[in-house]
Parts: sequence; structure tokens; C-alpha cells
Amino acid sequence: MSAYRAELLVCGGKACHESRSDHLKELLEKELHRQGLNHEIRVTETECNGFCAQGPVLKVEPEGIVYQKLKEEDIPKLVEEHFVKGQPVKKLFLKPAAPPESIPDMEEIPFYSKQMLIVLKNRGVIDPESLEEYIARDGYVGARKALLEMTPQQIIQEVKTSGLRGRGGAGFTTGLKWEFASKSPGDVKFALCNADEGDPGAFMDRSVLEADPHAVLEGMVIAAKAIGAHQGYIYCRAEYPLAVKRLNLAIQQAKEAGLMGKDILSSGFDFDVEVYQGAGAFVCGEETALMKSIEGKRGMPRPRPPFPAQQGLWNKPTVLNNVETYANVPQIIQNGGAWYAAIGTATSKGTKVFALTGAVSNIGLVEVPMGITLREIIFDIGGGIPKKRKFKAVQLGGPSGGCVPEAYLDTPVDYESIAKVGAIMGSGGMIVMNDQTCMVDMARFFMDFIQDESCGKCTPCREGTRRMLEVLEKITHGHGEPGDIDLLEELSDMIKNSALCGLGQTGPNPVLSTLQYFRDEYEAHIHEKRCPAKRCAALVKFEVNADVCTKCGICSRSCPAGAIQWQKREPAFIVKDKCVKCLSCITNCPADAIS
Amino acid sequence: MPRLKPEDLKGIKERTLKDMVLREGGTTVKITVHMGTCGIAAGAKEVMEALTEELAASGRKDIRVVGSGCMGMCSSEPNVTVEMLGKEGVLYKHMDKNKMRQVFKRHILLGEVQTDFALARMK
Repeated sequence: MSAYRAELLVCGGKACHESRSDHLKELLEKELHRQGLNHEIRVTETECNGFCAQGPVLKVEPEGIVYQKLKEEDIPKLVEEHFVKGQPVKKLFLKPAAPPESIPDMEEIPFYSKQMLIVLKNRGVIDPESLEEYIARDGYVGARKALLEMTPQQIIQEVKTSGLRGRGGAGFTTGLKWEFASKSPGDVKFALCNADEGDPGAFMDRSVLEADPHAVLEGMVIAAKAIGAHQGYIYCRAEYPLAVKRLNLAIQQAKEAGLMGKDILSSGFDFDVEVYQGAGAFVCGEETALMKSIEGKRGMPRPRPPFPAQQGLWNKPTVLNNVETYANVPQIIQNGGAWYAAIGTATSKGTKVFALTGAVSNIGLVEVPMGITLREIIFDIGGGIPKKRKFKAVQLGGPSGGCVPEAYLDTPVDYESIAKVGAIMGSGGMIVMNDQTCMVDMARFFMDFIQDESCGKCTPCREGTRRMLEVLEKITHGHGEPGDIDLLEELSDMIKNSALCGLGQTGPNPVLSTLQYFRDEYEAHIHEKRCPAKRCAALVKFEVNADVCTKCGICSRSCPAGAIQWQKREPAFIVKDKCVKCLSCITNCPADAIS
Repeated sequence: MPRLKPEDLKGIKERTLKDMVLREGGTTVKITVHMGTCGIAAGAKEVMEALTEELAASGRKDIRVVGSGCMGMCSSEPNVTVEMLGKEGVLYKHMDKNKMRQVFKRHILLGEVQTDFALARMK
């Protein structure tokens, strides 16, 4: 067999097999035969060599050259060049990996280095399905301290000292809320957890529940002791199956270990918790509607007072806190309120978790100290706006919130400063928008959401948001009339002041804040029948400006309808009859040549 | 787990930490597949399956594979963290089953960090 001058080793590993390496062997043999080389060179299938993502891989012995990602059409050329002419095809060589030193250190990556992890301290570090690993990271130390060493008043005082405020959005002082509930007379009280995260683009609570469910349970045990509750419910949306699964597992583990249920940690204190799955109505995130839903009734809000601290679930004194709020509590008790209060600004203490989404490079979940600026979150942690587009605004607080334009990006993140610029801290949704976002269309999207989710109990919300949506649709469809803006403002004012619950009262916010900062866009739609961001299809002409067109052809390739004619070195042309107005040409045009 | 007394927490912590630490004669490699909803949606389950297969084929008993929550940068999912005794940890991004196989065979078995798929080094 020594007559062979070369041996071609085709990787026969599973990954290469999946990418048809057996086929490659056949092709090689056929090609070698055609070139009359089959007596000089043989092809052998080998064990996996480990370059599974670069397959199919071919190693040439005795030279030791390795080719990667071979395609059927590469074979004739490869055999011809390498084995007939003796010139290895460098283009197809396996690229050597760069040295490990070229990988940035986590500390050098702003996405990680500018974050401060309290609520998320265990994320990705522990196995969320292991109680032991949670305990190994000081889990249930706070609960032990609260149950065995502290009175309810001391717990409340510690939480008050920490300055912790509700992370669900409204920002009410948690310690105060607990104090009201603890002072309410009654033997039966409830501690509830709001995990009905409904804001479009928000996923903070889901992530916390999936990565560290015991932290929420521990926070609830501490709250229960503070107010004297023995039963709790976690109201979690059914759309979060993994979170529900991990919560239920965590509850079961905690019960077995005596960290939940009767006589917790031999302290004599009893507290039991159950997961209640919500059917995904946005309004059930409102506290009174949430309680109605747990009672088995239709999820509709009721007027307050009486507040839940006096009359909540089944008319008993109740504390309702958000997932993130509870997840802060164990560490506040363990490390002391003063430790927590040392982080943040004068009025907002600790950290806040944000779900950073939209037109930003690093989409993800970030936890930052209060007082950090929006600019740092979006441009340092988030890595800025991709595709060289310009920042336009960031929407905070979902449908109840507002947008913040470029001019106010240096606003520090705290409840008061964010409110001052017309948005709200909210539960942590942070949607970044680039210059391709139409603010009127954005307001229309949120209004569509609100009117859809309105429970219909009170007229201002049920009818008012519907009317506002109609006006916004009229404007985005190019039928806006003078007076529409006044009508929107009048309706907003009326709904804000007369709706029954938070959903309605804050519903007009996206319209009001876009009117505050982007009134000119509304006016362009109404008076000039023009959408400056070119997102409202009814107001776009779908014409290529031949002077601006760079003749790159990207629009033609991105058009799903084949409506764009283009040839090399020629400007593109849109055939109106075929155009389906999907906007993909405008989205993809690097020169903004289509209007 | 049996019912715990207040003083038991410390013992569990110490025992678990000892188990979690990489050491000669025990676990020398820990591979974490980040499996939040975001990771699973991006393909973390397939990555986990490929990894489980490779681990079984290798016959190594000193490698521990765990599923964990999201690491935060959802846009780089699926993420996999590789920690090896005496070496810096590496966080990999945009993994798929073949990249996972390659990382297992080249990095874990042969010690060659697969720089092209790496997001960060970790102390």
C-alpha cells in the first residue's frame, strides 16, 4: 500500500456525517478516478477530529493540510489544484484559532463590568433546580435571621431603612406597605407575589424566576413573618411555563427541607405558598384585579381605598409585591438595610433590573445601580445602536410609561428623575428605538395594546382608549385632520383623570410623551401627509431617489415580492403594481434612498 | 432533603461549595449550559443534547454538566460556560450542537480554547 503518495482523511464524526461527509468521500474518489489519480491517492474515513463546526473537514497526509467546510462544488477544483498542479487551495484551509488572550476579559466588557448584581447575583451561577446550590450562596440566611432573631417590627424597620421601593413600577416604599398590613387587625393575612409580567418587551421577572426561584420564596417568607401572614400566592402568567415549573419545584424542595410550611426552621412560624397561574390578561397585573382573579372571579379592578393592606384578597389584609422586590429582601435582611441604602441616589436605593430590547446591540437583562444614566445603560452596557443607525428615543415602563429622547439621555435612573422627563421607572422594560421608528406608529401600537387589554369596567378606559386608537390609526393611514392632536390631548386628559385603575390612568402616557417630544412628527403626518421615519406605509411613495441610490441592489434582494428591478451599476426601480408595501426595502437601504 | 434545623444551613453550604469547587480526584471540568427561556428558544436544548452525547462517548467521570439560568446577554444565546481546573473560564456565545461538539473535543479534551466562539474570559 506504500504506493500511495497521499492519503485523504475524511472526518467520519457525527457532525461531519450530518453535513454529508460520506457523500464527500464518494465525490473525492470519483474525482480522483477521473483525473487518473486513484492509484496514487486514497481516501479514508477517520474518527472525528473535533472540528465539528467547521465540517466537513478533510485532512491531507503526509502534508498535514486541513481543509474545512467543503462543499460539493469545491471538490473538482481542490483535486485539480492540489493534486494535479500541486498547489494547495489556501482559501479552503482550516483557519487556525486566534490565541485565547484575544478573548476579552469579562471585566473589560462594559455589558458585564457596569452592572451591579444583587437580585441577579445567582444568575447563570447556580443550578436553579438545586436547593443546595442556593444555600451554598447564602440562601435562606436572611430568612433564618428574620424568623429566629427578629421581631416583625424589626424586619419592617430594616426594610424601611433600606429604602427599598416597589419594583413593579409605582415605587411605593416596601417597608411602609408592610407596616400598613402588619398594623391591620385580623388573624388571616396574605402575602402575594405579582409575577404577571405583561408589558410588551419586558422579561425581568421571568428571568429571575427561572434563574433563582428560591430567592423569591425566601423574600416571601420574610414578608409573611413581617405582616403575620401564613398563606401566600404567586400569581404567575401561564405563558411562563419554565418559570412555573421551577417555582413549583422550588416550593416542593423548600417544603421538604422545612423552609416552607409548618414550623419553618424550627421557629414555630408557618407559611405556605402556592403558584396561581394567570391566563395572561394585562389588567391582572393591577393589584385589585389580580386578587379578584385569585379569588376565582373575573379579573377586574375595584376602586381604592380600601387598600389591599386593609382589605385585599378575600377582604383580608394583604401585601402584594413584585418578583424583583421580593428577590431583594433576603439580602437586605442578611446584610442590613444600611448596606442597601448605601447604593443608589437620595430617593431611590439599591439596584434595578431592566430588560434591554429593541434597536440596541446587546439585547438582554441588566441590573444596574440606581443613579446610572440612561446613556450608560444604552451605549455602554447595551453597546449602542446597531447598523450605524441613530438613536431616537427609549421607551420606559411599557404601555404605562413614556419615551425619553436623546436630549434627556443623561437623566439618572431613579423614580423621580425619570418621572420628571415624562416617563416612568416602570417594572423595567426598556425599548430602544432608532431613527427608523415612527413615534406616531409607536404610540398607536401601545394604544392598540391598551384598548385590547382594557377590562371594560369603566367607561373612560373602555371607550376613551378605543377612540384614541381610532384617531391614531386615522393619522397613520394618512387621513389626519387639523384638530386631531387637540382631540388626543383632550381624551388623554379625560382618561387620566377619570379611569378606575392604573391601566386606564396611565394608558394615554405613550401618546402624551410622544406629543411632548415628537409633536413635529404628528404634524408632518397630519398636515404634510408625510411619515418622517418612513414607517407608515400609507404615507410612503415607494420611489427610489436615483441621485441618492448607491446602486448596491440590497433593496432588490430584500424584496419578497420581486417588485424591485435592479442591475449592476444602475439605480433600483420599484414596480408599483407588484409592491406589497412591506417596507423591507426601506428598512434595508443603507443610503436612505427610498421614500 | 430532610427537614432542616437553623444550624444546618452552614453545613450544607460548606458541603455544597466543596462539591462545586473543581479539584483533582473530583470534578475537574464544569460545563454550564445556560437554559433560560431565551437560551432554550435559541437552541440550548440541542446544545445540551450534543454535549450529553459527547460526554457519554468520552467516558470521562470528572466532567460535570449543569443547566443554569440566563447569563443576561440574551442576544448571544445559547451561552455555554466552560470551567477547567487551574485555567481561566471561558464563556461561549451563539453555540449550536456542532460548535458544542467542537468545544468539547478541542477545548475540554485537548485544551485548545475555541477563540472564534468565545464571548469572554472569566476569572
